[in-house]
Amino acid sequence: MQIRPILSTLRHHKLTATLLTLQVAFTCAIVCNVAFMVAKRVQRISVPTGIAENELSVIHSVGIGKGENMQARQTTDLAALRAIPGVRSAAAVSYSLPLNQNESSSGICPSKQALDRAIQLNSIDGSGCVQPALYDGTPGLIVTLGLHLVAGRDFLPGEYVSKGKPAVAIVTRALAEKLYPGRPALGQNMYDGDNFIRIVGIVDTLLRPALRKPGVDADSMIWPQRPDDTGVTYVLRSAPQDRQRVLTAAEAALLQANPNRIVDPQQMQTYTQIRRGYFQRDTTMIGLLIASALGLLFVTALGIAGLANFWVQQRTRSIGIRRAIGATRGDILHYFQAENFLIVTAGVAIGALLAIGLNLLLMTQYELPRLPLWYLPVGALALWALGQLSVLSPARRAAAVQPVVATRSV
Amino acid sequence: MFGYYLDLALRSLKRNRVLTALMVLAIAVGIGASMTTLTVVHLLSGDPMPGKSSVLFFPQVDPENPVTLSLHRNPWPAMDYRSAVDIWSSHRADRQAILTSSSVKVRLPDSGQPPLMLSMLSTSTDFFPMFDVPFQYGSGWSADDDASRARVAVISADLNQKLFGGANSVGRILRVRDADMRIVGVLKPWRPTPLFYDPWSQNFSKSEDVFAPFSSSLEINKGNFQAYTCWHVPPSMGNLQDADCVWVWVWAELDSPAKVRDYARFVDDYANTQKSLGRFAVGSEHARLHDLMTWLTDRGQVPDDVRLQAWLASAFLVICLFNAVGLLLAKFLRRSGEIGVRRALGASRGAIFAQCLVEAGLIGLLGGFFGWLLTLVGLWLVRRQPVDYAHLAHLDTAMFFVTFAMAIGASLIAGLIPALRASRVVPGWQLKAL
Repeated sequence: MQIRPILSTLRHHKLTATLLTLQVAFTCAIVCNVAFMVAKRVQRISVPTGIAENELSVIHSVGIGKGENMQARQTTDLAALRAIPGVRSAAAVSYSLPLNQNESSSGICPSKQALDRAIQLNSIDGSGCVQPALYDGTPGLIVTLGLHLVAGRDFLPGEYVSKGKPAVAIVTRALAEKLYPGRPALGQNMYDGDNFIRIVGIVDTLLRPALRKPGVDADSMIWPQRPDDTGVTYVLRSAPQDRQRVLTAAEAALLQANPNRIVDPQQMQTYTQIRRGYFQRDTTMIGLLIASALGLLFVTALGIAGLANFWVQQRTRSIGIRRAIGATRGDILHYFQAENFLIVTAGVAIGALLAIGLNLLLMTQYELPRLPLWYLPVGALALWALGQLSVLSPARRAAAVQPVVATRSV
Repeated sequence: MFGYYLDLALRSLKRNRVLTALMVLAIAVGIGASMTTLTVVHLLSGDPMPGKSSVLFFPQVDPENPVTLSLHRNPWPAMDYRSAVDIWSSHRADRQAILTSSSVKVRLPDSGQPPLMLSMLSTSTDFFPMFDVPFQYGSGWSADDDASRARVAVISADLNQKLFGGANSVGRILRVRDADMRIVGVLKPWRPTPLFYDPWSQNFSKSEDVFAPFSSSLEINKGNFQAYTCWHVPPSMGNLQDADCVWVWVWAELDSPAKVRDYARFVDDYANTQKSLGRFAVGSEHARLHDLMTWLTDRGQVPDDVRLQAWLASAFLVICLFNAVGLLLAKFLRRSGEIGVRRALGASRGAIFAQCLVEAGLIGLLGGFFGWLLTLVGLWLVRRQPVDYAHLAHLDTAMFFVTFAMAIGASLIAGLIPALRASRVVPGWQLKAL
């Protein structure tokens, strides 16, 4: 296969060849970045919460009666919920659960000195203090959520309080390592500005109710505080396939235990629904990104095929002459394929630079990380394949040109 | 001449239907994608109070003291009770309203209907004239009602429809939690988009159903108010008046730049005075006075995802244009013979150029038409998304014309280079080849 005749032909079609090269370059740049954004979003929506999501469902109730004893109410409610067939365990929380967006957070320091340092620095950064998400709940929460205790123990019945701050807490492994790097966190006393809180247990993972950024999303802390408000959220654990039935039964059970309440059907969800709702926008975005990347590739393929077609028609006579003087069909086919390969190669070379430039632009606008370089060769491979596919049919038509064409219509 | 060019263009488009269809499709898809996203951006960045947004201001101070671990660079989008009441009751602005919202149980006395959980806006008399709130029946309440903690309420058109079937309900009694409130006004359907006056609602949600005087609703719904955030745990949940929490905010109407300057100085001075009194930790460094549109931009009312979509769609359009340029070039140059004959018969270069552009414009018109259909489909898809701005996604007249202007403009730009090339065809060569 000789490259020189191809190059000299392309020189005669500078404008068209340049246009096609640029189109390939832009497509390569955009598709690489879009693919990267899709990968980031997929990573985001598949973040583990640390709880037994596919066995959990959640129901919310607001009491509207007057002067009720909240604690007694919860105890009765929980007993009624646990009596539902299929419910393995149940617990009540005020409102916070992973990915349900109702976050309560507060600053906490590994020691009193760290707090003084934070006040002196006028910033939490660099002081050793962090802002974890706070979870509360009734006894049995750890078991109901299916949290995995890696050190220490669950709360003792005597440690639960209804008003005021508890003296102990369970933290996530990520939070423990952040507060006490290189030291065992179990048994340490954290300081929140007013009181010391002792770490009695460490769980593997527990995600925040609302995600911020990857570095802090797993900073959570549970303390033994019973919910003490008219509105309370009940968490139920059952077999995955029982959840819908359990929820319906739970609504009936709650209303039967005390009709003087509002159970909001909007807040009666399985955890699968909560997760889907939380990441709804991301899922839509992933769909849109994939659709636009495919659209771009399709349009570029159309462009390549359209121009190749035009070239074949334009050169029918010269193809005929080449065939007449001894070129085989394979030669003609390979000629067009090689031509396309050259154009696409030039396109992806420029496209790689454009992709990096576009990524730098996106980094300033959307807090996107740097594009890993291996995306570029993958993008190049995809465009080479696309180019060869779209040039195949015009090239085969060119190869089918009869040598006799050379003698016609002179 | 134009008619003749149009005729030629139509003939040429008909001659090569596949190529024509490819070009129209490319432009239609590019236009459809970019118009859908641009329409959404256009709608989201709209001004909720056209003509008035420049005189509405949102004052902010930072009451957090001591500065604890939730350090922040900007003040919160709300104030503690005392600061808000101080700033509001100073009456330094032409109009000022104090606001907070809460959920409350509402029912009609002596009716078997189950109670409704609705959101209630607690505010003061200036709210209605300040935001040009339209009334169907009755009116807002007076400053005296604010002062005397009158049990009066204004309800939304929606709630009036639900409870009274849309009839004039002024004078009727509404049981709000445990208090009987007399309805003094019913609004016309009113849905400012975005819901600008509520700093921490979802941007494009519905406005409240019940509006009541700040003073009386604080009594009635005591214990049910939610704080935006607290820097000390409140002594009792829901009772926020004395708590170290931010949950109340103020809007002010200021008619002249001089008044804006004075008011900004007043807010600064207030913060500094409170700091010197030891009540605030930070003074005027964290005092702000934003006008409505600045405030909305700060709040990020156009979501990042939507902006990203708009960029992506524009990139898409650019690629589609590259495609159109290439295909138009192929199309025009294939007709070199014909062009050569026309040139030899006396057509000028300009005439050939114009003829090619007419053809490109015609493709743009067709592309615009299909692009418009695709935009309608795209917006229909946006409306089906569970996002708070979904109900807004409609094509207005301006954007309808923009669609066609953009399609034709884009195809003319795409046609420019091919037309130039076609007009340079040397007649002699082409005639020889015939």
